[in-house]
Amino acid sequence: LKVINCCVWDPSGEIFELKAELNSDKKEKKKEAVKKVIASMTVGKDVSALFPDVVNCMQTDNLELKKLVYLYLMNYAKSQPDMAIMAVNTFVKDCEDPNPLIRALAVRTMGCIRVDKITEYLCEPLRKCLKDEDPYVRKTAAVCVAKLHDINAQLVEDQGFLDTLKDLISDSNPMVVANAVAALSEIAESHPNSNLLDLNPQTINKLLTALNECTEWGQIFILDCLANYMPRDDRESQSICERVTPRLSHANSAVVLSAVKVLMKFMEMLPKDLDYYGTLLKKLAPPLVTLLSAEPELQYVALRNINLIVQKRPEILKHEMKVFFVKYNDPIYVKLEKLDIMIRLASQANIAQVLAELKEYATEVDVDFVRKAVRAIGRCAIKVEQSAERCVSTLLDLIQTKVNYVVQEAIVVIKDIFRKYPNKYESVIATLCENLDSLDEPEARAAMIWIVGEYAERIDNADELLESFLEGFHDESTQVQLQLLTAIVKLFLKKPTETQELVQQVLSLATQDSDNPDLRDRGYIYWRLLSTDPVAAKEVVLAEKPLISEETDLIEPTLLEELICHIGTLASVYHKPPSAFVEGSRVHLRIPHTRVSTRPHPHSPLKCCPAPHSALGPAIVQVSTRKVPVILLGSRLWTLSITSAMPASLGGAPAVGGGLGDLFDLGGGVGMPTGSYVAPKTAWLLAMKAKGLEISGTFARRGGIIQMDLSLTNKAMSVMTDFAIQFNRNSFGLAPAGPMQVLTPLSPNQTIDVSLPLSMSGPVMKMEPLNNLQVAVKNNIDVFYFSCQYPLSLLFVEDGKMDRQVFLATWKDIPNDNEAQFQIKDIHLNSDVASNKLQGSNIFTIAKRTVEGQDMLYQSVKLTNGIWVLAEMRIQTGNPNYTLSIKCRAPEVCQFVYQCYELVLKN
Amino acid sequence: MIHSLFLINASGDIFLEKHWKSVVSRSVCDYFFEALERATEPENVPPVIPTPHHYLINVLRHRIYFVAVIQSEVPPLFVIEFLHRVVDTFQDYFGVCTEAAIKDNVVVVYELLEEMLDNGFPLATESNILKELIKPPTILRTVVNTITGSTNVGEQLPTGQLSVVPWRRTGVKYTNNEAYFDVVEEIDAIIDKSGSTITAEIQGVIDACVKLTGMPDLTLSFMNPRLLDDVSFHPCVRFKRWEAERILSFIPPDGNFRLLSYHVSSQNLVAIPVYVKHNISFREGSSQGRFELTLGPKQTMGKAVESVLVSSQLPRGVLNANLNPSQGTYTFDPVTKLLSWDVGKINPQKLPSLKGSMSLQTGASKPDENPTINIQFKIQQLAISGLKVNRLDMYGEKYKPFKGIKYMTKAGKFQVRT
Repeated sequence: LKVINCCVWDPSGEIFELKAELNSDKKEKKKEAVKKVIASMTVGKDVSALFPDVVNCMQTDNLELKKLVYLYLMNYAKSQPDMAIMAVNTFVKDCEDPNPLIRALAVRTMGCIRVDKITEYLCEPLRKCLKDEDPYVRKTAAVCVAKLHDINAQLVEDQGFLDTLKDLISDSNPMVVANAVAALSEIAESHPNSNLLDLNPQTINKLLTALNECTEWGQIFILDCLANYMPRDDRESQSICERVTPRLSHANSAVVLSAVKVLMKFMEMLPKDLDYYGTLLKKLAPPLVTLLSAEPELQYVALRNINLIVQKRPEILKHEMKVFFVKYNDPIYVKLEKLDIMIRLASQANIAQVLAELKEYATEVDVDFVRKAVRAIGRCAIKVEQSAERCVSTLLDLIQTKVNYVVQEAIVVIKDIFRKYPNKYESVIATLCENLDSLDEPEARAAMIWIVGEYAERIDNADELLESFLEGFHDESTQVQLQLLTAIVKLFLKKPTETQELVQQVLSLATQDSDNPDLRDRGYIYWRLLSTDPVAAKEVVLAEKPLISEETDLIEPTLLEELICHIGTLASVYHKPPSAFVEGSRVHLRIPHTRVSTRPHPHSPLKCCPAPHSALGPAIVQVSTRKVPVILLGSRLWTLSITSAMPASLGGAPAVGGGLGDLFDLGGGVGMPTGSYVAPKTAWLLAMKAKGLEISGTFARRGGIIQMDLSLTNKAMSVMTDFAIQFNRNSFGLAPAGPMQVLTPLSPNQTIDVSLPLSMSGPVMKMEPLNNLQVAVKNNIDVFYFSCQYPLSLLFVEDGKMDRQVFLATWKDIPNDNEAQFQIKDIHLNSDVASNKLQGSNIFTIAKRTVEGQDMLYQSVKLTNGIWVLAEMRIQTGNPNYTLSIKCRAPEVCQFVYQCYELVLKN
Repeated sequence: MIHSLFLINASGDIFLEKHWKSVVSRSVCDYFFEALERATEPENVPPVIPTPHHYLINVLRHRIYFVAVIQSEVPPLFVIEFLHRVVDTFQDYFGVCTEAAIKDNVVVVYELLEEMLDNGFPLATESNILKELIKPPTILRTVVNTITGSTNVGEQLPTGQLSVVPWRRTGVKYTNNEAYFDVVEEIDAIIDKSGSTITAEIQGVIDACVKLTGMPDLTLSFMNPRLLDDVSFHPCVRFKRWEAERILSFIPPDGNFRLLSYHVSSQNLVAIPVYVKHNISFREGSSQGRFELTLGPKQTMGKAVESVLVSSQLPRGVLNANLNPSQGTYTFDPVTKLLSWDVGKINPQKLPSLKGSMSLQTGASKPDENPTINIQFKIQQLAISGLKVNRLDMYGEKYKPFKGIKYMTKAGKFQVRT
């Protein structure tokens, strides 16, 4: 009967027995019982029924018993929240224990009890522990904040624990620093808005110091955190690199890879001609190679990352080809990755070796690997032109082995080689044709059919060959059917006389007897083409094909940039952008239309990459090749594109005509430009800070020339002479176009105005904020430094008017993530006046549209470095607030463009 | 950070689970089992497996899969390194890392896992510190514990964790003070048909067993430190000193540890200590094949090549092999087609050979694949890279320790293609 009281299924009476033992008076028996309970719990038995009995054992001086009870609590507190409250008092007491080990243990366990009711009781003890005198307790408490945040984020924020955590970054103990960083990073992950890891040169210095002294795991956290920092200039970048390099010799491969990430990223900022840059490149190779001698799982992750590094900086590993040679007992996932990297590293210098290896692999046992090896030979041929002939003969050798799957793979890749080097290797077609019967895989059959069709004029029995495939047309896969259809049409166009019957047959098979819409459609198209205009058909079907290149398998550059910044993460293993897959709130921020502020997203590639040259240089302007799914851009632009496309499709009316006239009636309607707005001079350098020299100034763009207008005032007692000016590197390469002309000495209390023409040819480095300019002015007394910010409109060039069609296409092409929305308040101008004003500052209105009393202006701006900025401004009649949407491939400029709008419109 | 850990045995049973945050249901392992089913060999399971809400990162060691579950972006190498550390710790504590050993010591295992991670953050992974917190089970201690009722959990604060040398515990005392260093080099090589080296590299380690009283400060210097251009150190090594003087200067952990591992790359000339002459051939249309293999020493600096073991995966078409070894014994498994020949020591005067015939299925065509020969061997008292320790000095303590250095070269992945 007592057994039944236990209310659990307990056939052996085990639980009952344990219950008795737990309540025993003998300490020893109690402990043994708790041990048994833990053992049952570990193997997954449900011993939660014993909760009150186990918790009763908690009040003990025996450390082991205490630990065991804590273990139990962590496991079952969730299922018994009411009971768990019984434990709170003991925690509070333990947090004040004189023994730091007990304090730490208590604070650690507290955080693991994931019961909402309890968390509130834990705040006070936690606050104490965060300020504990013993670093061991502080470091444990830091992690506890992260735990608590996971359970109740609001509570943690309300209690101010995040600030305490931030303070711990400056703790004297490196272990505490490391844990604080780790906890903050974890919290930041679920909390992308908060500016938790606000890094500045001081904290960076703290982190770098802690890096040398903390545990290996702490080093990983710190390095990953460092990687998010944006150094101010190349010198800071170099000094961080210097302090991180020793980590490359760490025994823990995760430390090594995180260090590689930091170096790969910060290297970007170093000038390429710097000696140190070369040294750093050399230092990166050995640790990467060493990663490949570790356990296979580590090798795999390392190889996925090396794959990225090799694409970004092939020079690092170009001499290390041999370490990627495959050992026959490597796990398959390592083999395939090594193969991939071998192809990436293949060059004229090492191609002979690589081919010999690949040929060797093609005789291995593992079918998947063999196939990939054969494909690799084809890729080598396409990548290294000089080796193409050798590759083809290797492939022919492999075809002679008659191993079925080898032959089929070889044929698939030879098709690609034909496409890359047309009219060069067609002599091998005869050999290929011999193997026609053995092909049973659709891809190989399709490839062979493509070859026969493409070179029909050189294959005497092409019609017979294709006819033989036609017999089982309906049993073929779609891929083969489509290919066969095309091949026969090609054949017909080349040899029309003999093949009329054949083409009839295939067309009727495709159009009448098939259920597949793709096949039917293609059949009909050919049929109509052939019947209406055979010449046109020839032009279409036998058109010259674009060449293929090895680039097809490379990761798209902007994604690569982003992935390089995430070396060592899951993203780098999957070669997907970090935002694409990890669960969490990161994704929320990516939804573009809900975003009003343009603070660059912490994970957006441009922000996290200190790639100043490529981020803002002309490179970014090239149309990205990334396939952005074409999402309708919201109804406003969509209707615009429809209306403009309509006349063309309705019988070739002139492009601007009819209703479109109202829409685009802007060309001459705008008055003469009124000249760009020039802000009044502001004080840049105060006399008290510069030994009596005062400088105020502003920037202006006059007739395409950028000028810096300066007023120099001498407030000292002596004469000033020998003026000179210099700029630090800046985001857009602004530099003085000539020396500063101060011809006469500047006497005390005299002011002189100078206009300094600027050029855009200076060295580029991304500044924070983007439009920041650091200036050094020298005179006979000293050198003075100040920084000022120029309006971005300074860089708006005169030929910034984009073609309408280009505008539409570009707007669509720029990912929606890059769109930023702003409000311009209190403007009492109608749309024409506004656009007139803006044109004065080289913001050009391309089109205007009025919908339901709302004027929409579509505008374009071009920066001196070739970046295009597209904007849509919505003006509601009677509403003084304008809505501005800005889209640009370099989204960080949006904010500054918006500022220019505001400046221009309000002045 | 690391959410949960599942241990799965070769037959696919989850025999232990540990959760550091909320409990993740076992069913998440189904994705692992799917991957396991797809893999042709147990070692071919991909290390990172995505699931809709988690990522599974696994390592396979001692025929046990250690599957970690993570939920947020965590560096996979961090997880893998940690899992290997768990295995090393189990091995250290229980002597072997088997399902039985883990089950027998389940409470200690649980305590260890609890100490190693806190909320998924690594806490104590140094064996010195762990042993202070949780005493390893020994037969004696188990007996004593049951009699006296004392415990295997340490009662003091893990002092080392906060000192400047977190890897060393304080108050170490020995009656015999000794420091042994083993320089062990593994040579990885691929030799092609004609006997020329395609690639060869050396993975070297210096393992130490240091039992010294107090806080000794050691320096170790080499005759030819230039060989070591690609090294990974134990955290105890002072990196600046190495950079400047090429001397290893360190306060050692107590007991066994890996001081250093290094890599001599294929760009250096690596000596190949053995050669193989082979003739494995099949004639078209015949159901017989010839098999001839002779081994010989090469570039061994006069040292004997021992514990030689040759293995090769013969083509699938081979039914049986009828061979005659000049020394040692050979076995051929007709099911797996694995030929292995335990040669023993190579006598340079009388080279070991294995000759005979292989029978094929009648009527079967000539096999396409060429078997690769895998060779294992050991050479005592030789570091094949030529690395030599110059001297070992101790500062900071007064006594005279006993010092010893041993060298050994082993085959790593040493493969000869035919």
